[in-house]
Amino acid sequence: MKSFKNHISLVVALVSILFSMQIFMIVDRSISAYKDNLAMNYSLVVVSQKKINTKDLLNKLTSLATIEQLSADKVIKKLNTGISQKNLELLKITLPKFYKFKLKTYPTPSQLKKIKKQLLRYPYITKVETFSNTHDTTYKLLLLFKKVIMVLAITILLVTILLIFKELRIWQFKHNERMNIMGLFGAPTWLRSAVLFRLSIVDALISFAISFVIFSYLAANEWVLNQFANIGISVVVFDKIYDSLIMLSVAILVSILLASFIVLGHKEEV
Amino acid sequence: MDKVIIAQDVSLAYSKEETIINKANFSIDSGSFVFITGASGSGKSTLLKSLYGALKPIEGSLVVGGVELRGVANKKLNFLRKHLGIVFQDYKLVKEWTIEKNIMLPLIINGYEKSITQNQVDSLLKHVRLKHQSGKYPLELSGGEQQRVAMARALAHNPILILADEPTGNLDDYSSQLIWNLLEGANEQLKTTVIVVTHHIPQTMKIEYKHYHIEFGDIHEVI
Ligand SMILES: Nc1ncnc2c1ncn2[C@@H]1O[C@H](COP(=O)(O)OP(=O)(O)OP(=O)(O)O)[C@@H](O)[C@H]1O
Ligand SMILES: [Mg+2]
Repeated sequence: MKSFKNHISLVVALVSILFSMQIFMIVDRSISAYKDNLAMNYSLVVVSQKKINTKDLLNKLTSLATIEQLSADKVIKKLNTGISQKNLELLKITLPKFYKFKLKTYPTPSQLKKIKKQLLRYPYITKVETFSNTHDTTYKLLLLFKKVIMVLAITILLVTILLIFKELRIWQFKHNERMNIMGLFGAPTWLRSAVLFRLSIVDALISFAISFVIFSYLAANEWVLNQFANIGISVVVFDKIYDSLIMLSVAILVSILLASFIVLGHKEEV
Repeated sequence: MDKVIIAQDVSLAYSKEETIINKANFSIDSGSFVFITGASGSGKSTLLKSLYGALKPIEGSLVVGGVELRGVANKKLNFLRKHLGIVFQDYKLVKEWTIEKNIMLPLIINGYEKSITQNQVDSLLKHVRLKHQSGKYPLELSGGEQQRVAMARALAHNPILILADEPTGNLDDYSSQLIWNLLEGANEQLKTTVIVVTHHIPQTMKIEYKHYHIEFGDIHEVI
């Protein structure tokens, strides 16, 4: 019971740090997955008087990912209002060519304008449809989402820093007396602070273990996976190697930093 | 004879406004037994603090065990402290350690072997009549019992110099005699220099001793 009490406060602080960090990572991954998703589903429609040299254009405009010619049949089918076969053939020849352009990344409104301008410089391209209204709304929503997450992250960071400082005070209070007494009997700094460092590393390991179990569970949880599937993205909730390494290093770093602060800030009282 | 302590014009103060000890001169022979008396607030504990380097002199020269303590470096001070046995007026036991571990502290710091450490602690616990309490924590003991733990800790590593601040302050006659016997024994058998702050010099002292008195910031020998 006594040792449990010794550990609980730092473990709580550390777990909350690891927790918010991982949540932030998940949100960040979701946003970029969502952005990729948007880029994949977003395309421009370009109308051209002649057949476009796809290879050439892809080389010149690096923001383009793919160019796909839309079959004229489809367009004509939409106009399908009892035109004779002969006229249809004629129409097919005279009709301009339609293309679907996909971009590598989801563009900002200004990037989009630039691309449109660049395309219209070619004399045979007569029209570029960017669906800018829908695009703008989606883009603004994404920006808003990102800002909200930023505010959230900063808030969590502040709360965490406060939590750590509170912890620092408690630790200072708790360990000062013992370190002082050991110093009066000539214990060198490393011996005086050995307990402190051992305690902080043990706490870091406990916090890591707790976070690891929680996120391993969440990563396999159906409900969580369904939420992402509903938006149409797949996100790595918890990478057992990469995320674990980051978690472990952050936990150990924070707790060792905390212990070092106390050791460095320790002054013998008279 | 070798001197364990040489003080020349030593002044001690906690702040610029008030000097507690003013230009004191004295020296203490190695292997001697010394009592320090003085009214409450006269500066007895302050003097002891300066002898183990917690309070550095603001002027003069204070050499303890060959180490000049005015402006001493931490490493050198730690080296000196390893060879001191201190009984603090407020005991200064580590609350989260058992009394057994508390007594072990100087032995651990001095790097003694585990088996030697255990034997030494067992014998000390017997000497201060606390064998049956060895697993308890300081706050589970009475004031007098804590004081005896502090005494045992000070003797654990056979220090060259014992500094004891009112080591019988909380004890009945029987326990007080126990403490005096231990201190006399260390002085006689191990040639340990002993400096004791006390309000009452025991009538039962079997060995030769010196007596210093602190008054108005001055330290003088009582003959
Ligand atoms: N840590 C401190 N900071 C400031 N002043 C102190 C401190 N400790 C003691 N003093 C002052 O120094 C003076 C001497 O105190 P000291 O503790 O040496 O007295 P003492 O002779 O040991 O008394 P007692 O017999 O009551 O233990 C007192 O006036 C006290 O107020
Ligand atoms: Mg005192």
